[in-house]
Amino acid sequence: MNTEQQKKIYQQYIKEVTPSHNIWMNMLKAFFVGGLICLIGQILMHWFLSMNMSKEEAGSWVSVCLIGASILLTSFHLFGSIAKFGGAGVLVPITGFANSVAAPAIEYKKEGQVFGIGVNIFTISGPVILYGIFSSWVLGILYYVLQMTGIMGGM
Amino acid sequence: MKKGTASIAFKQQPCILGAASVVGSKEGEGPLGKLFDQIEQDDKFGKNTWEEAESELQKRAAQLAIQKAAVPKPAIRYLFAGDLLGQSIATSFGLLEMNIPLFGLYGACSTMGESLSLGSIVMSAGYADYVMCLTSSHFASAEKEFRFPLEYGNQRPASATWTVTGSGAVILGKEGGIAKISGITTGKIVDYGIRDSQNMGAAMAPAAADTIAQNLKDFQIKPCEYDKIITGDLGKVGKTAVIDLLREQGYDIEKQHMDCGLEIYNEQQQNAEAGGSGCGCAAVTLCSYVLRMVEEGKWKKVLFVPTGALLSKTSFNEGQTIPGIAHAVVIEGKNV
Amino acid sequence: MEYVIAFLVGGAICAVVQLLMDKTKLMPGRIMVLLVVTGAVLGSIGIYEPFTEWAGAGASVPLLGFGNVLWKGVKKGVETEGLLGLIKGGLSASSAGISAALIFGYLASIFSKPKMKK
Repeated sequence: MNTEQQKKIYQQYIKEVTPSHNIWMNMLKAFFVGGLICLIGQILMHWFLSMNMSKEEAGSWVSVCLIGASILLTSFHLFGSIAKFGGAGVLVPITGFANSVAAPAIEYKKEGQVFGIGVNIFTISGPVILYGIFSSWVLGILYYVLQMTGIMGGM
Repeated sequence: MKKGTASIAFKQQPCILGAASVVGSKEGEGPLGKLFDQIEQDDKFGKNTWEEAESELQKRAAQLAIQKAAVPKPAIRYLFAGDLLGQSIATSFGLLEMNIPLFGLYGACSTMGESLSLGSIVMSAGYADYVMCLTSSHFASAEKEFRFPLEYGNQRPASATWTVTGSGAVILGKEGGIAKISGITTGKIVDYGIRDSQNMGAAMAPAAADTIAQNLKDFQIKPCEYDKIITGDLGKVGKTAVIDLLREQGYDIEKQHMDCGLEIYNEQQQNAEAGGSGCGCAAVTLCSYVLRMVEEGKWKKVLFVPTGALLSKTSFNEGQTIPGIAHAVVIEGKNV
Repeated sequence: MEYVIAFLVGGAICAVVQLLMDKTKLMPGRIMVLLVVTGAVLGSIGIYEPFTEWAGAGASVPLLGFGNVLWKGVKKGVETEGLLGLIKGGLSASSAGISAALIFGYLASIFSKPKMKK
């Protein structure tokens, strides 16, 4: 009965009839919410820098603060509503990463400390950590080789 | 009596003696709110976990159905039940204390159709005096099983459906009751290659169209013989698709078609995007709205077609498509 | 002015990713991985650091910045400790963020219970 041809036609048809949210509206909301989070980050940055910290230190503190705030909002069931409104605006900043750690920890507590929280705390954020570290390691190897062969200085 | 290639017309037509629906607060606030037997405000149903909550849903629906049908529990010979969770744990733990022989089923969200079909076959063959068919779903346990943790922040696409928190149970007997089951059409697995798990209606519509067309062919009738053709949880996208797919085959069901997923929530106010879904969606709509309309004689003959999407997290991650299935049950009023 | 740039740049990155999400239907997990890896690559070819100098938190707060931090850690590791630094660098530089998320995330699991969405 259903041939490949028919399936293709159906898939195309579904693309046409499936509604979507207004993309421009979504982008505007993401822009606003994401911008606001970065603005808060910048304010924190200034504050930490004014305490005679190095740029690296201040940057780390900004991350820690935003992560803390995001997890606090997650704990009080507020993050979901903000994310529903802001979409990528909260997902793209470090706040989204923090939420993806806290949310499974809260959900899977019922399945135990080790196999519940322990395993599942990484279900969404694990890939980010893994591929972040692996890709920067690969890039590091290239950098190392280039340095050894003297193509790139920098010492 | 066998009909066509996939249908049965029952000589001994099993009767629906009683049906019960138990739902959560969101469903209770919906358009069907007044028709449900029990609306629970506590999302955990007084239990400790979401899975236990779903078991409690089934247990309450089963007990209520027994009460409403006024059948002594030991007289019920078989249970036909299932749910959405891995290895059907909501059923296993929910019906443990019933102490009735059980056939555990998995038909995804088509389970209510599957359980009614099998229950009717057993009844019609004379192997039981009473059987109970039931199923359930819970928003939180389904999100956990198939999507994300509840506190995870994400946006739902406009094609996404909302899993119904609810359980519906039906007791079949030999005579009396509020309605009867005159026939069934059993669905095949149908796959049109849809991969988007946030667009289940699109994945299931071809299965629904296939089963409905099969039913019309096997019984050699026209869609207008039914007062309603009721699909389970196709939602907005699936409703459009099933009507168009059947029109291509020469059947116009637009006037009769109704989708439980589109009846259960108020689209504008309840934030359910494309409608309701889950085993419970078709089950509670049947046990509240549909059977009431049939009992009151407003609908004389309806085709009840719950639809299921046969995917798992594993098959989805491995890049498989989403096959669908739909089982049709012909329900008629007592005075036809 | 710095605040305005941080707001505009951070917002713009989020808006572009929103477009990507809505158009491609990529799951959020994949988007996050994509951002971090892209950040590391942009860092390694020397684009992201000057960009951060200019845009401040607008560039460092998005996950792209997290990728850049990982790369900077590896680079510093290679320069100071050679091969061992290559292994240690990434995690050392990102340790504050990852550890904070894990520690606070665990604390959240103690004090918070999941709640049904409406």
